[in-house]
Amino acid sequence: MHQRIDVKKTMIPIIRMFGVNQYYGRKKALRDINLDIYEGEFIFISGPSGAGKSTLLKLLYLGEAASHGQILVDGVNLSRIVSKRIPFLRRKFGIVFQDYKLISSKTVFDNIALVLEAIGHKRRFIQKKVNSVLRSVGLEERHNAFPLSLSGGEQQKIAVARAIIGDPKIILADEPTGSLDAKSANIIFELLKRFHRRGGTVIVATHDMELIRKNKGRIFYLDKGVI
Amino acid sequence: MIILFLRRAVKDLIKNRFLNAITVITIALSVLIVSAFILFFININDIIDSWKKGIRIMAYLKSDVSPIEPENIEKKIKLMDGVIKTRFISKHDALIQLQTQMKRQSSLFTTLKENPLPDAFEIRMIREAVNNEKIERLAKQIEALPSVDEVEYGQSWVGHYINIIHLFKLTGYALSGLFFIAAIFIVANTIRLVLYSRQEEVEIMRLVGAEDRFIKAPLYIEGIILGALGGIIGMLALYMTFFYISSNMERHLISGFFNIRFFPTEISCGLVLCSTFVGWLGCFLSLRQFLAKNNRI
Ligand SMILES: Nc1ncnc2c1ncn2[C@@H]1O[C@H](COP(=O)(O)OP(=O)(O)O)[C@@H](O)[C@H]1O
Ligand SMILES: [Mg+2]
Repeated sequence: MHQRIDVKKTMIPIIRMFGVNQYYGRKKALRDINLDIYEGEFIFISGPSGAGKSTLLKLLYLGEAASHGQILVDGVNLSRIVSKRIPFLRRKFGIVFQDYKLISSKTVFDNIALVLEAIGHKRRFIQKKVNSVLRSVGLEERHNAFPLSLSGGEQQKIAVARAIIGDPKIILADEPTGSLDAKSANIIFELLKRFHRRGGTVIVATHDMELIRKNKGRIFYLDKGVI
Repeated sequence: MIILFLRRAVKDLIKNRFLNAITVITIALSVLIVSAFILFFININDIIDSWKKGIRIMAYLKSDVSPIEPENIEKKIKLMDGVIKTRFISKHDALIQLQTQMKRQSSLFTTLKENPLPDAFEIRMIREAVNNEKIERLAKQIEALPSVDEVEYGQSWVGHYINIIHLFKLTGYALSGLFFIAAIFIVANTIRLVLYSRQEEVEIMRLVGAEDRFIKAPLYIEGIILGALGGIIGMLALYMTFFYISSNMERHLISGFFNIRFFPTEISCGLVLCSTFVGWLGCFLSLRQFLAKNNRI
């Protein structure tokens, strides 16, 4: 496993950005970003809040289209993609949103199952897989709970479970430990590291320098939209 | 996949049961009103038709015409515009008919030395010719024939109502159209409300890689179920109303004059299909608007 990743790492980048700029009105959230990320890397995007970390992630999964510049994800040029293909682009990613983005009217189980349902998996398979992922985040017995009845840490874990379940190539995690106590943060990070050990690419946006110091990974430092 | 969509649709229908119940009731009412109009006109048409079939002109001949004259007259009448059939009733036949009709007073006839009845023609018209003006014109034409003594035509009172019935029909079409459109908008609105209440959910589905059709399919199923349910309920309500009225009419012995009938099965099914289509269309309209507005890329 590790062998294979190390070989790939020296080959083609899975994500490339060339001269990417993002404007909000007259405000420049990102300026002339160039970066390459290789398959199997563990990446930190750090910087103070307002630096443009979330914006950078958003451009990758086409939450927004970049104002300027080119982005390649796994060989796909995002400025050329037809809107029909966007769902398939997004399936390359597992995304842990800063605000979790769990559907409050659906149970924990249904929130996670949604990813597999959208791909078109069989019910039996979904059942098994969701239960196993829930077990791995230690929330097996909460599968019938609704997100708002869970603590922040639990919701965060559900968000990670949902990000992992579709076997994505890349996980994008936006402040995945943002409002958590040290213990919960640790559990979440262990999940991300496990995904990474199995060959996945992880990109974590965080302003928490302590977290970065404690973990291995390549770091991009963003400030005022500049790397 | 379809089972999943169906399950999701039913779940949503139950979750928003109040809104959906109102939608179904509104569709049912629209169907009820539209189909009641159609039913009414089908029956009115039946009545008009049977009346049109029944109407005839009687032409009585002068008593002194030669024996071959009736044949000439028949030829002339047959050539007139709008005439479909003529029947000669000789004075002899007429007398026999009268006698059978008045068996009890048969003594009345025994005193007769001579048949006092004239020869006559019964003239029937093609349907299109059955309206007051045309009947009158035809009657005048026949009356103008030298051997014709007198012309008689009855039941012309119905003719006066035909225009009113036509007006009524037009109103019916207009109202039906109105209710059809209203039903579409109501369904569209329901689905729109459902969509807006789930805007966040739709956005999240898209972010985790759901295609639009995955989001749309359950909503289409919901729209179709709402439409079909409304159609069936409206139809049942109409049938019950019809059953109530027609059994009442039988009791009052009006039914002897004309038979009223319910839709044939095809039309009932057609109307339910129509309202199902309305459900689909409402869904289509609101989805198109919603997804276009929420597609930021
Ligand atoms: N949708 C938006 N509209 C306007 N400005 C935005 C929007 N999103 C982000 N910004 C601005 O862009 C800058 C970078 O934001 P963000 O990427 O969220 O920073 P970070 O995640 O590093 O805290 C901020 O100044 C923010 O106000
Ligand atoms: Mg942020």
